[in-house]
Amino acid sequence: MRSFLARRVISTLAGAAALSVLVFVLIRLVPGDAVTLWIGQEGTMSPQVQETLRKLFGLSAPPHEQYLGWIGDLLRGDLGYSFRSRLPVLPLILQALPVTLELAVLAMCISVSVALPLGILSAARRNSPLDLAARVLGLLGLSMPSFWIAVLLILASTTIFTWLPSLIYVGLFEDPLLNLQQMAMPAFALSLPLMGVVMRMTRSSMLEVLDQDFIRTARAKGLTEGRVRLRHALKNAFIPIVTILGIQLGRLLGGAVIVEQIFGLPGLGTLLISALTGRDYPMVQGTVLIIGLFFMTVQLVVDLSYAYLDPRIRYA
Amino acid sequence: MRVLRSAARLARANVIGSIGVMLVVSLTLIAIFAPQLSPHDPNAQIGKRLTEPGPQYLLGLDQLGRDELSRLIFGARVSLGVSVVSVAIALLIGSSLGLLSGYYGGALDNVIMRVMDLMFTLPSFVLALALAGILGPALPNVIVAIAFVTIPTIARITRAPVLALREAEFVQSARAVGAGDARILLRHVFPNALAPLIVQTTVSISDAILIEAGLSFLGLGVQAPDTSWGNMLGSGRDYMELANGLSVFPGAAIMLAVLGFNLAGDGLRDVLDPRLRKA
Repeated sequence: MRSFLARRVISTLAGAAALSVLVFVLIRLVPGDAVTLWIGQEGTMSPQVQETLRKLFGLSAPPHEQYLGWIGDLLRGDLGYSFRSRLPVLPLILQALPVTLELAVLAMCISVSVALPLGILSAARRNSPLDLAARVLGLLGLSMPSFWIAVLLILASTTIFTWLPSLIYVGLFEDPLLNLQQMAMPAFALSLPLMGVVMRMTRSSMLEVLDQDFIRTARAKGLTEGRVRLRHALKNAFIPIVTILGIQLGRLLGGAVIVEQIFGLPGLGTLLISALTGRDYPMVQGTVLIIGLFFMTVQLVVDLSYAYLDPRIRYA
Repeated sequence: MRVLRSAARLARANVIGSIGVMLVVSLTLIAIFAPQLSPHDPNAQIGKRLTEPGPQYLLGLDQLGRDELSRLIFGARVSLGVSVVSVAIALLIGSSLGLLSGYYGGALDNVIMRVMDLMFTLPSFVLALALAGILGPALPNVIVAIAFVTIPTIARITRAPVLALREAEFVQSARAVGAGDARILLRHVFPNALAPLIVQTTVSISDAILIEAGLSFLGLGVQAPDTSWGNMLGSGRDYMELANGLSVFPGAAIMLAVLGFNLAGDGLRDVLDPRLRKA
């Protein structure tokens, strides 16, 4: 177990290093550099001033030195200053992170708590009308873009109930009830596509497990059908379900970026989009980096949960 | 005739897949014959803004008084076109990388696959968003961004079977009779690695449609005067209370296209995977 843990943590660190390279390269695809962008804002600038500024920002150094300098700053928690607000990037990001985290966790909880029972039932009553309905809903769910679901929810809410949650964001710890009211629609919008995927995976993986010998043995022992399904089948069906959750997390985060913006939630997505449209590159760089780290941390958690679910992995 | 008959047999055995193929084919036809099919000029202001759907304008008019139905029909060209072109580029680059990586192995494999791993450190939509945002919102940049995030998946899917095929006897014998690497790769290895790639292509196209829609929805994708379903939904939602159709129809079009490619992919998987095929 310990060596598995160590290996996984090391590969996550390598992933983080890879991510930093990707972000570093990405931001340098900007036509021109920070200084030419500044000129765009200020009008004109003499070549001498440009040169001084480049030196000041470390832009005249060769790329590998620039990278190392950037990593050094990064490790000290310095992600630079926003071009727009002139505020340090990191605190702004740390302020936005919990919003995205809460949204993602809520969306995951909603989709798993609906998809899991539905998938199990669907597998148990294979080819019944319920199974058919669940499969059709699953397919529709995973084909609907979450931002469209978000728009439809707002539309339904305003036309049918003539009600919308307050648009001024309230933190979870300031007023939990109001916060959950605000989070409910975006979380539901995000959960629907995931629900479809998880439901389908639960169904097919349950069907596969229910076919195996140890299930017949459990039945032969005289265990009740419920116990066979929940204790014996489900635990074994869990591994592909957890895998698909890990894979879908990327899509969930991608969806969250748009859905946050639709509902005006001040999360990482809203931050990233306003940074991109405002050409605020230090901010883009920081947000993309943190989203990537967030993404990789959750994948690590997913992998560690395999070890819990499957003793073969734990002792390998 | 025999081809048709066996196609009919497959279609009967695989209802879901056939529905998917039918959806994909009809949307493609709509995109191709957009000028013939659309009742009005998609960019002409032909009536009062935000006219409700009715017999004259089936899906109503948008915020600038343009025919929503015609715009949806022309939108199919951009939405499907962008997705198909980006996936085609990704296929060309990704499958070449996968082939080389799997066939030659060693240091080359290591370098290629590590670079691919790099791109898996970010959710693909976030990577595409950052890339499109940094390069600037324009149609070619959207295509580049989507192709870029699709390449690693394609490379991985191609590489896996090539690793096994490299050692296969028919490849060994081709080598023994003096076939060059290029010939072996293209004539012997690649055709045998195609099945998973074909399935992945449909899945990638449906992902590409979603990414393009998301980018354009945010205003960082396809720009006016080009019309895609994503930017129609993005601008339509500002008029949600006044004309709710503008928020409903483009999304439905996106959903149908994604559903079609997903179903077609499911069907193809069943057909191409002999283990799942019933005799």
